[in-house]
Amino acid sequence: MRKVGSEGETILAVNDLKVIFHTYAGDVKALDGVELFVRKGEVLGLVGESGCGKSVTALAIVGLLPPNAEIVSGKAVLDGTDLLGMGEEKLRLTRLKDVAIVFQDPMTYLNPVLTIGLQITEIVASQPDLFIPELIKNRLDEISTIEKAKGELVPKLQVEREKLRAKSQTNRLGNEELTRLTRLYATSILKSVRLPEPEKVFKMYPFELSGGMRQRAMIAMALIRRPKLLLADEITTALDVTVQAQALQLLQQLKEVIDTSVLLITHDLAVVAEVCDRVAVMYAGNVVEVADVKELFRNPMHPYTQGLLASVPRVDLVAEQKSIQGSVPDLMFPPSGCRFHPRCPRVFEKCPVAKPTLIEVSPGHLVSCFLFGG
Amino acid sequence: MKSKPPATEDRYGRRADIKYSLYLLKLNPVVLVGFIISIVSIILALISPILVNPSSWHLQNLDLRLCWNNPAFNWGIGGVFDCTGRIYPLGTDQYGRSLSEMMVLAIPIDLEIALEVVLSAVVIGVLFGSIAAYVGGTIDELILRITDIFLAVPGILLAIVMIVVMGRSLFVLTLAVLITWWPFYVRLVRSQVLGEKEKPYVERLRAMGAGRTRILFVHVVPNSIYPVLVQATLDIGSVILTVSALTFIGLTPSPLLPELGNLANQGIQYIFTAPWLILFPGLTILIISLGFNLLGDGIRDILDPRLRR
Repeated sequence: MRKVGSEGETILAVNDLKVIFHTYAGDVKALDGVELFVRKGEVLGLVGESGCGKSVTALAIVGLLPPNAEIVSGKAVLDGTDLLGMGEEKLRLTRLKDVAIVFQDPMTYLNPVLTIGLQITEIVASQPDLFIPELIKNRLDEISTIEKAKGELVPKLQVEREKLRAKSQTNRLGNEELTRLTRLYATSILKSVRLPEPEKVFKMYPFELSGGMRQRAMIAMALIRRPKLLLADEITTALDVTVQAQALQLLQQLKEVIDTSVLLITHDLAVVAEVCDRVAVMYAGNVVEVADVKELFRNPMHPYTQGLLASVPRVDLVAEQKSIQGSVPDLMFPPSGCRFHPRCPRVFEKCPVAKPTLIEVSPGHLVSCFLFGG
Repeated sequence: MKSKPPATEDRYGRRADIKYSLYLLKLNPVVLVGFIISIVSIILALISPILVNPSSWHLQNLDLRLCWNNPAFNWGIGGVFDCTGRIYPLGTDQYGRSLSEMMVLAIPIDLEIALEVVLSAVVIGVLFGSIAAYVGGTIDELILRITDIFLAVPGILLAIVMIVVMGRSLFVLTLAVLITWWPFYVRLVRSQVLGEKEKPYVERLRAMGAGRTRILFVHVVPNSIYPVLVQATLDIGSVILTVSALTFIGLTPSPLLPELGNLANQGIQYIFTAPWLILFPGLTILIISLGFNLLGDGIRDILDPRLRR
């Protein structure tokens, strides 16, 4: 049996994450020991119905839970360091550089009174030391692209290249140089998320952009940091279908270009099938099944996953669309044992008594259900 | 020849912004009137030392007191002294100084006090109001209770007491008005920031690892500043009114001081023999404060990127 998160190339490993929200009415046990891991360079889809704790998981990882939330136990290890154990200021710098979140609604997540350019470059401007190597590398790449295209360089660019090479040794830039390189870097990022006329977009305010363009700008803000991990929280939910497809395509292309891992949070199984490498299914604060995307759709094991897949409307089948019986439990008073047992069609005596653990049933396919040994 | 589309520089950037602002201004005649009045009074204040010798208000010439020699209009009041041939567009006051010159000298004094009071109030308001709202807790309570203390005392009364205690000078006058003015700005900014700090973009900034100071002063404050700008523009008019009221009731460093309220106060004694002495300073107060009020009404539509589209 392989333990979750022990994979060699794991970038993020979440172990036994328990989160409680203290509310006036009582404690809401939102996460009940979440286990998941993201491998380097993959897209992990995190699916589940509303309120099952997908977003809470993401927020807990980056330490942005609201003040009434308490992390009872657990670890979120990013590339060797536990995010939950580190101090406030260190975690802030981690958020600045290593972990990026893209939120669901591009309309409200941009500051309406500042230009797009300002909002993108300020990430670099706030902590320039972290970004200087990338700024220089970006400009050097640009210069060599020009060189390739034209065969030779104008003297001005040659001089600039020499200067930049010298500066990459000391890792220091003057203010003017920093502003110029940041601008060029931001423009190249805007270009890479396929925003038309990046120089123009740079000077525009959010309200001058369409929803899709804003979402790209948001993705650009995440990418400018070249994060190790990108948390995409329902990025397609607020977009219409054509723009959704573009955003997902973009995400996949970028993943290869900048070599980042993605945790894609969604409730849309079509999106999962489209872009994810692996899928983790969540129910009521637990990860109930993890598998490769093809394996999961072909051979869903957990009764909840089966129900979830059966409830997706399909045009090609005449068979009736089925729904899962019952409703999502009140997490203030969660069911005993397996939290899915009151709704489970295959429930037996053991289910209400004990909590199943996530075990590997076939290679890479993990299920948390007593039917498979749990 | 094909006409080229305007370059990016012409459609975006600062110059285009200003152009568009002027276009929006033209659409709204009321604001335009306010804008023109404010600009004219500011220009008049700036060039006033060139127009009139700034120290001329000390010079008294009692032979020329209360004369009116503007042929365009005759008051029809008996006993108006002739100005021995010289023409004063708005007559002279009881010290023999040209009223028009004194008013030109008075406008910069009044505007300066108004600007000082409003700017300081805005700075204090933004600083304490935003910190109170963003930090919350004890600091919020503390700042709020302090503003309560100042708000509990009637403004004019507090100003009068201050001037009486601290002596009569323009500085004390400014300070006295400011003391009664700043709490409103703290509360205004606080209420704006309270609403703004819960917006999703603040959450995004925190997720991006932005520091508290950056979130507050680069993002939240610029978003909350527009109602404050409106209030500030409106208040320039109100401060001019308040200052003139204080000097009108005699709280002036010198009876000779060319300050609109003081000029009116000096003129009120001669309201039947030389009515221009109270009429023109009074009208000027009215027009300037009206101008800034009209401007304040529409300034938000012009400056706020969310509304200008």
